[in-house]
Order: sequence, then structure tokens, then C-alpha cells
Amino acid sequence: MKYQSQKVALAYFACAMILFAAQVTFGLVLGYIYVAPNFLSELLPFNIARMIHTNALVVWLLLGFFGASYYLIPEETERELHSPKLAYIQLVLLMVGASAAVIGYLFRIHEGREFLEQPLWVKLGIVVAALIFLYNVTMTVLQGRKTVITNVLLLGLWGIALFFLFSLYNPANLTVDKMYWWYVVHIWVEGVWELVMASVLAFMMLKLTGVDREVVEKWLYVIVALALFTGLLGTGHHYYWIGTPGYWQWIGSIFSALEILPFFAMVMFTFVMVWKGRREHPNKAALLWALGCSVLAFFGAGVWGFMHTLAPMNYYTHGTQVTAAHGHLAFFGAYVSMNLAIITYAMPYLLGRRPYNQVLNMASFWLMASGMSFMTFTLTFAGVVQTHLQRVLGQGFMDVQDQLSLFYWMRLGSGVVVVLGALLFIYATFVPRREVIETVNPAAAPAE
Amino acid sequence: MSEGLTKSQARNIFFGGSLFFFVVFAALTGHSHYYAVSKSTNAQNLTDAVVRGKRIWEKHACINCHTILGEGAYYAPELGNVFVRYGGKDDPAGAKEAIKAWMTSQPSGIPGRRQMPNFQLTDPELNDLADFLEWVSKINTQGWPPKDSG
Ligand code: HEM
Ligand code: HEM
Ligand SMILES: [Fe+2]
Repeated sequence: MKYQSQKVALAYFACAMILFAAQVTFGLVLGYIYVAPNFLSELLPFNIARMIHTNALVVWLLLGFFGASYYLIPEETERELHSPKLAYIQLVLLMVGASAAVIGYLFRIHEGREFLEQPLWVKLGIVVAALIFLYNVTMTVLQGRKTVITNVLLLGLWGIALFFLFSLYNPANLTVDKMYWWYVVHIWVEGVWELVMASVLAFMMLKLTGVDREVVEKWLYVIVALALFTGLLGTGHHYYWIGTPGYWQWIGSIFSALEILPFFAMVMFTFVMVWKGRREHPNKAALLWALGCSVLAFFGAGVWGFMHTLAPMNYYTHGTQVTAAHGHLAFFGAYVSMNLAIITYAMPYLLGRRPYNQVLNMASFWLMASGMSFMTFTLTFAGVVQTHLQRVLGQGFMDVQDQLSLFYWMRLGSGVVVVLGALLFIYATFVPRREVIETVNPAAAPAE
Repeated sequence: MSEGLTKSQARNIFFGGSLFFFVVFAALTGHSHYYAVSKSTNAQNLTDAVVRGKRIWEKHACINCHTILGEGAYYAPELGNVFVRYGGKDDPAGAKEAIKAWMTSQPSGIPGRRQMPNFQLTDPELNDLADFLEWVSKINTQGWPPKDSG
């Protein structure tokens, strides 16, 4: 750690991990309700547990983004953060909002659009926290060295805040409501979040492989250009069947099919950098997560996204377990892994020691990655069967679901593996022990 | 990365192109917004009752079990066309009564069957909700879903 103020990242990462644990625990509850539907059905109905699962996910990922920004911006701009105090105030605000939202959900206090269930005052609190954050990091960047990594990161973060404003607009016409709902949901995960992901990966490649900044930065521009050129009009893949014009079937199919390109470019980027790299960085676990991130994102978002994105295919799979399969591997591969990668990279510096617990950390990678992949496969099979029985043969929804229970048991099993992996990760990260791997190169804070 | 491309070229392509695609996207959604309120959703039938019905739908977070027009959770049946499934094309009044009867008879309590809560809706609320589901079922969805099973 070169700058004192980077330390705020530690608090962000710790809070993120608390919510991560809550998220996957509620995932397990949901998976159990699927196989034992009478479980807690009055106390904690499925819909309430589900909003906690998805909201906790989104909030912890955002906390991770904030933490990552507070960690890398001082290093990139070569100066201390504008105000560490504001950063802590922002964190308290977010955690109070998130806890209040979760407790509120348990008492049925919520709004009613998927992922945007937070009561209005929590949404406004999020906006205030975002403004504090943007003020803080923008001031830091303006007064310091400007790099492509910080430019792209800032653009992504500003985009996150701007597009979140559409969550405040809830028109009475369901079709119009859905159109702008996707302005938040799709443009986040297939637009501005990709900018954050690419710039954090670029930062990590720079540090882990020692490749020239010039090369990394050119790649970064190419990746994010591909992301936005395809991802904006790619929103059309959600405008096929919701009351919007038929031309979206063409525009959405073509542009969203191309959305695989930025994810492919990220795989190429990370592997080429490692291959060309001149530096042996001691933090092998961070490298594993970074490479795993680009690969799993390519499969989850790119391949599994492409699988159901063409309109004639989506006509049959829309809103089935195929969607759930894709949602899980895409979120896990891209944003969960990216956060766990930067946490794995940054924690030793934040604690002022050499990389620790690397074997445990890498084991947690394999547990989570294989658990999530298996979950994706079982849900995909469930979705294919569901699509055929319900959408081709026209059997009733509930009758079809009864025939899928084997897949739901397997999903529950893989979920247990993921939760164990997550707990192992948290343990390996926050309970440092004596060095396990003796590293060849003890350079603790490598220069560029 | 290709030697031919300089960093400032890459930057200009990124900013220029993104702006271009954003403007095209915003213009098309503007048009789609107009299309939705003027053509595809029977906006003239979007009565106060339908609007109240949508708020009831949101208040109880139905979306986190069901899909509506294919979006939401995958735990319970699609409701964008439930009105059609209940025979609303031939007998709208009968379909509305069937929806209301369904709501009041939950939860079924049948062991091993997925449970839907009872939301304790009043009779006027049940009417609003049914009106909302009727209105939704008439949105022009380009022929989706493929079967009435949703
Ligand atoms: C990391 C990036 C991505 C994430 C996190 C992600 C996540 C999701 C999630 C959670 C949904 C379900 C939304 C809902 O609740 O209705 C969804 C739907 C969808 N995604 Fe992605 N996605 C990503 C990238 C992609 C890409 C690159 C493609 C196309 C190549 C794609 C294609 C689709 C399609 C077609 C749907 C609609 C499925 C349906 O009709 O039910 N996604 N995505
Ligand atoms: C880091 C890991 C995880 C991520 C990123 C994740 C993400 C998500 C997302 C994005 C959704 C919404 C899906 C959609 O709308 O398409 C969802 C729903 C769900 N998740 Fe997870 N999840 C994770 C772990 C788990 C685990 C461990 C389980 C347990 C078996 C689980 C079970 C479920 C269930 C049952 C649903 C509801 C699906 C439905 O609506 O029918 N998840 N999760
Ligand atoms: Fe999308």
C-alpha cells in the first residue's frame, strides 16, 4: 500500500463479504424452497427471500466496485484520496440503507419491481451515497495523474449513477415501465459495469504481469468500445415481447449477438498479458481469479447469453430456467469473480504483508467455480426440458415443474458447494495465518 | 494489440462511437415509447382501476415468484396471459371471477406443492388486480407466449 487513504478499501471489502455471505445463504434457502415448497412458506415466502438474495448481490458487488476504486485510484493518480472521511460516511450510509432494506423486506416493506424493490427513501439514500462517492473520486482524479484506467473507471461509475436514476421512474403503463427498467438492469450489467470490470482487470494485469501501460491501455479502449457499441443497442434483446415494436427482433438479435465480443476480448487480453508478462508476481491466487473471471464471464455472459439471445430462440426460452442459468453464471463469472480477484490482490497490501493463505484461496476458487458451473448446467437442462414441455407441447406450468425436481435437487447440491467455497474464501481472506507458499520473488509492492 | 492503432485513435473511436450508439438507442426507445402509448398497449383502456391494479401487483411483489410478459421470477406461472388461460377471450366476466377466486383460496396448504400467500385483498382491490391482468393480456406482444400455458 503506497497511500494511506487506500485503507478505506479494507472496510468496503469487509462489508461486501458480509453481504456476500448473506446473499449465498439466502440463495440456499431459495434452492431449498424449490425442493421443499412448504418450508417457511408463511414466515419467509419465496418472493421475500428472493429479493434479499438479489438485492444483497447487487449491493455487495457495488460495495466491491467502490472499494476497488478507492484502492486503485490513489495508486493510479499518485495522490491520496480527496477525503477518506467522506468515504467512510458513504459506507455507513450504504450499510444503514442496505440493512434497513433487508429488515424492511422481512416485514413486507418494499416496492414491487424486480431488483428495484428498495423503498423510495433507500433509493434516494443510494443516490446520495453515489454522489458523495463520485465527488470524492472525481476530485481525486482531477487533482492527480490521469490515466486511461481511471478515465474508463470513472466513466463507468458515473454511468452507474446516471442510469440508476431511471429506477425512480415507474410509469403506469407496464410496457413503458419495462422499457426503462432495462435502462437500469441491462445497461448496468451489459454496459457501464463492463467498463468497471475492464478497468479493474486492466489495473490487475498491469500490476500482476508488468506489461507496458501503453499496451494495456490500448486493449482497454478496444474492450470498452466493443462493450458499448454492442451493449447499448443490445438492450433490444429485452424488447422482443413486451409490447415494443417488431424491429427490435432484428436490432436486438444482431447487436446482442455481438455482445460476446467484449467478453472474448477480455479473455484474449488477460491471457496475452500473462503470456507476454515480464513479472512473476507472488500473488498467484489473484492471478487465478483474474483469469477465471474473464473465462467464466465469457461462458456465462457470452456463450450462455448468446444461446438464448436470438429472437427466434428467445421466443421459446424467454423467462424459463434457461434465463436463471445464464443469470447465475454471468453474474458470478463477471462481477463476483472480478470483485474476489481485486480483493485477493489488494488484501495483502492493505494488511501490510505478503500474500497469505493462497492455497485455501485457490481451493475456494475451484469450489465456487465448479459449483456455479454445475448449477448452470443443471438449470440449463431444466430449462430445455421446461421449454419443450411448456412452450412446445403446451403443458401447464405447475405440471412441468413437478417433472423437474431432480434438477432442482442437483441445483441445491451445487449451491451447498458454492456456499462452502464462499465461506472458505472469506476465511482465507480475513484470517491470515503464517505463509503457506514460500514465494520466489518477495517484492511486496512492485513498481510498474 | 495491433500496432497500427494509436492510443488516441482508440480513445476517439471509443468516445465517438459510444456517443453515436447511445443517440441511436435513445432515439429508438423514444419511438418505442410513442409506439407503446399510441399503438400496442390500448392506452385508452388504461383506466384508474388498471393503474391501481398495477400498484397492488407491486405492493405484494408478485414479480418475485411469477413472470409477467416473461420477466420476473421462475417459481410460479406466467401471468401476462393468465386472463386468456382462464377463458377471458370468450367470457371476460367469468375469467375475472376465476382470478378473484384463486386469490382468496390461497395458500392451498397442500404438502409438497408450491405455496402462494394470501394477501388479504379486499373486493375492490381484487377487482382492480383483475382489471390490470385483463389489460396486460391485451398488449400486443408480437405473438408471445407460444402457447397459452405461458
Ligand atoms: C456480465 C454480463 C451479464 C449479466 C450479469 C447478465 C445477467 C442477466 C440476468 C440476471 C438476466 C435475467 C433478467 C431478468 O430477471 O429478467 C438476463 C437476461 C438475459 N440476458 Fe444476460 N447478462 C449478461 C450478459 C449477457 C450477454 C452478453 C447476452 C447476449 C449475448 C445476454 C443475453 C440475455 C438475454 C437474451 C436475456 C433475456 C432472457 C429471457 O428472455 O428470459 N446477457 N441476463
Ligand atoms: C455467487 C453466487 C450467486 C449469484 C451471483 C446468484 C445470482 C442470482 C441472480 C442474478 C438471480 C436472479 C435470476 C434471474 O432473474 O434470472 C438469482 C436467483 C436465484 N438464485 Fe442465485 N445466485 C448465486 C448463488 C445462489 C445459490 C448458492 C443458490 C442456492 C442453490 C441460488 C439459488 C437461487 C434461486 C433458487 C433463485 C430464484 C430463481 C427463480 O426465480 O426461480 N443462488 N440468483
Ligand atoms: Fe441484457
